Amino acid sequence: MTDTPMIQTRRLTRVYPGVVALEDVDFDVMAGEVHVLFGENGAGKSTLISLLAGANIPSEGEILVDGRRVRFGSVADAQAAGIYTVFQEFSLIPTMTVAQNMFLGREPGYGPFTDHRAMRNAAQALLDSLGFDVPTGAVVAHLSRAQQQMVEIAKAHRGDPKVLILDEPTASLTDREVDHLFKTILRLRQQGVAIIYISHRIHEFERIADRVTVLRDGACIGTTLMADTDEATLVEMMVGRAIRDIYPQIAHMAGRVLLEVENLNAWGVRGASLTARRGEVLGIAGLVGSGKSRLFRALMGIQPVRSGTVRWKSADITGVPTRHIMAAGIHYLTSDRKSEGLDLAKSGWQNLCIDLMMGRDTRGTFIRPRALRDAAADIFATVELRESYRPKPVVQLSGGNQQKVLFAKSLGHEAELYIFDEPTVGVDMGTRAAIYGLIRKICLSGKAVIVISSDLPEVLNLAHRVLVMAEGRISAELTGDQRAEDNVLRHFFDETGETA
Amino acid sequence: MTPPTGPDAAPQDNLLKRVFIRVGVLPFFLGIALIVFTILSDKFLTVQNLVNVGRQSVYLILVSLGQMLVLISGGFDLSVGTVIALSSVVSATVMVAMVPVFPDAVWLAIAIGALAGFGAAIVVGGINGIGVAVFEVSPFIMTLGVSSVGAGLALFLTGGIPVSGLPYAFGNVFGFGRLWGIPVPVIVAAVCIALMWVFMSRTRLGAQIYAVGGNIKAAHLSAINTRRTLMIAYILCALIAALTGLLLTARIESGEANLGGTIALESIAACVIAGVSLRGGLGRVENVVLGGFFIILVQNGMNLAQVSSYMQMVLLGTLLILAVIFDQLRFRMIMRGR
Repeated sequence: MTDTPMIQTRRLTRVYPGVVALEDVDFDVMAGEVHVLFGENGAGKSTLISLLAGANIPSEGEILVDGRRVRFGSVADAQAAGIYTVFQEFSLIPTMTVAQNMFLGREPGYGPFTDHRAMRNAAQALLDSLGFDVPTGAVVAHLSRAQQQMVEIAKAHRGDPKVLILDEPTASLTDREVDHLFKTILRLRQQGVAIIYISHRIHEFERIADRVTVLRDGACIGTTLMADTDEATLVEMMVGRAIRDIYPQIAHMAGRVLLEVENLNAWGVRGASLTARRGEVLGIAGLVGSGKSRLFRALMGIQPVRSGTVRWKSADITGVPTRHIMAAGIHYLTSDRKSEGLDLAKSGWQNLCIDLMMGRDTRGTFIRPRALRDAAADIFATVELRESYRPKPVVQLSGGNQQKVLFAKSLGHEAELYIFDEPTVGVDMGTRAAIYGLIRKICLSGKAVIVISSDLPEVLNLAHRVLVMAEGRISAELTGDQRAEDNVLRHFFDETGETA
Repeated sequence: MTPPTGPDAAPQDNLLKRVFIRVGVLPFFLGIALIVFTILSDKFLTVQNLVNVGRQSVYLILVSLGQMLVLISGGFDLSVGTVIALSSVVSATVMVAMVPVFPDAVWLAIAIGALAGFGAAIVVGGINGIGVAVFEVSPFIMTLGVSSVGAGLALFLTGGIPVSGLPYAFGNVFGFGRLWGIPVPVIVAAVCIALMWVFMSRTRLGAQIYAVGGNIKAAHLSAINTRRTLMIAYILCALIAALTGLLLTARIESGEANLGGTIALESIAACVIAGVSLRGGLGRVENVVLGGFFIILVQNGMNLAQVSSYMQMVLLGTLLILAVIFDQLRFRMIMRGR
């Protein structure tokens, strides 16, 4: 290993009108090193990698690759210098096959004609060398998010990466797939690739990081060897204060049964039965694709129910339109806030007001703007959304604040059962704590709460009762001391051993 | 639902940009048009001419209000011209047929004729709505198809010959009548504008149309009946187009199947120039009124400057494309926050 970093920044700064997104950041990655970037949403991680990837131009400071100063005008420039980035937002074309996507723009063949067989073979060879199990002839739209992620990574490998930037690569992967990804990363490290890895999941990068750099408010807080630090120290560096325990204690006062689901069958759901009670948090754990989300989407009328019954306070509500289920008192908070949660071009106020008028106050033809405004202000105060963020188009807010707006929207409906699907996905620690506090408050007020989450510690710490789903079935119900991580993991794979 | 502007909303660098993001391209276009046409013709910037433009723009403004509803809901309606033609032909035919039935009650005949015109509009709007909301056909194809069907029917019903022999009272009141010195069509338009403003900014249904256009999936998860909302948008749009058709029929005193030929394009142009987003969810009534006025003003200015009608078509199309480009830029600015 030489002493010249593979990639290095000096006093790198990016200023937007009115905001310094990144200030005087010195950062370097050696060949054959995994360097983790850690920080809350809005800390400047995304800005930093967009500068390194050539997607953005620095206001001040410089970038050096292999000791030489570079200026990237585009992502293509950066790729020519050997820097490949896998962004969170995929750059795949959903209607094309895996092989076509991997070789987009550099298809093998003769003149204008593509040699499809050669392309498929080359794609297969590349996927095999990475250990990814993805069919090369499959259309990308039909793949799971995890498989799409693999294709995205494989696509970066088609060139000869010197630096590989991975932006939250595990956000949508199952544990098995994460293991696979880590093996790949370690192999690339051996081959001398410099890897920049961005993640929120501390326990994850403990396994692969050589060094960690923490960013906060656009500034570099520090860089340490992973071996010299621990989880608590890193979190403290990230938030600027110590977080003892972000999971609140929620008293268990299970009351009347509100929801009864019996033998429900739907697309991706097989014979699921469950009950939800007042004053109880019910947790739903399972891998991506286990049906944990689909079960509740079917129950809410978002996707069709094939058979089985759903009873709400003893009344049959199977297959009823979503809006009637909501009027009865069930609210579903989506896991996909961008595509089906928020109206991105509108302000937080406008987003919330529509729920207030559909939920809490449905009387009359006309809107009472002042009453709406007051009610909205109360709810925003409850979810702790800062006043200056409320009139901004939500697209301009950080992931954490967008999630607060989404929670505010759900509070606009006076439901008795709240179903939260991945309530903290892509959210910083501060917001997490606020959201857990809200869930506690809702539960203590005698309402029923269901938390669906891929984040196992989240489910185990919040829920009084945990259902584990695998391959469309509920494979276990765990209460009390049974709620341990290894116990849940065992049930992630259906005992019947069937594969879908 | 006007949001409060917070004291520390992102600092904007200059006033022009702020106006552009808030209102769109219209103030700039309007300013340029006023300057150019004032230079080209000394008859342009006179009170009499501007009053004239105001009176002529009534019809386009009305249609644009309906078009705005559909655009805000996230679609668009190419069949407004057909609705005008169809309502003109249907109402004229029914009126002419009813006059001998009720010889002593001309106004009853007129009312029945008008109702028949509105009925035709409800059918057309309903078909558009069902196609878009229930079968999820793209609004472009749905309304394009319906516009061909409607135009064909209007020609078939009349054999291409204007329907004449309307009661005089109809034309005298709704075509040329004045109330307190103000032309009746202007009064009708003013009432519609006021109602539409109240509808869009003060009623639940208006807010739901904005929400559905902004993000239809999110609207669904907010307990909005998205299909019903879309249906209502298309039916209201057709009803306003039919009202315009009736006013035009009164003006020319006959029912004609070739009315409203270019109004789909003109109304979309008026809306987009006035800052109604083609992506849905954004748009304001008062700006659309100005947008309709602007289109007629430009046509008037070109007439005074003796621009040939063929070149006027070229300019109108160019204007629409420019407006869409500026809409794109504006949307990007909103999404980026600068």
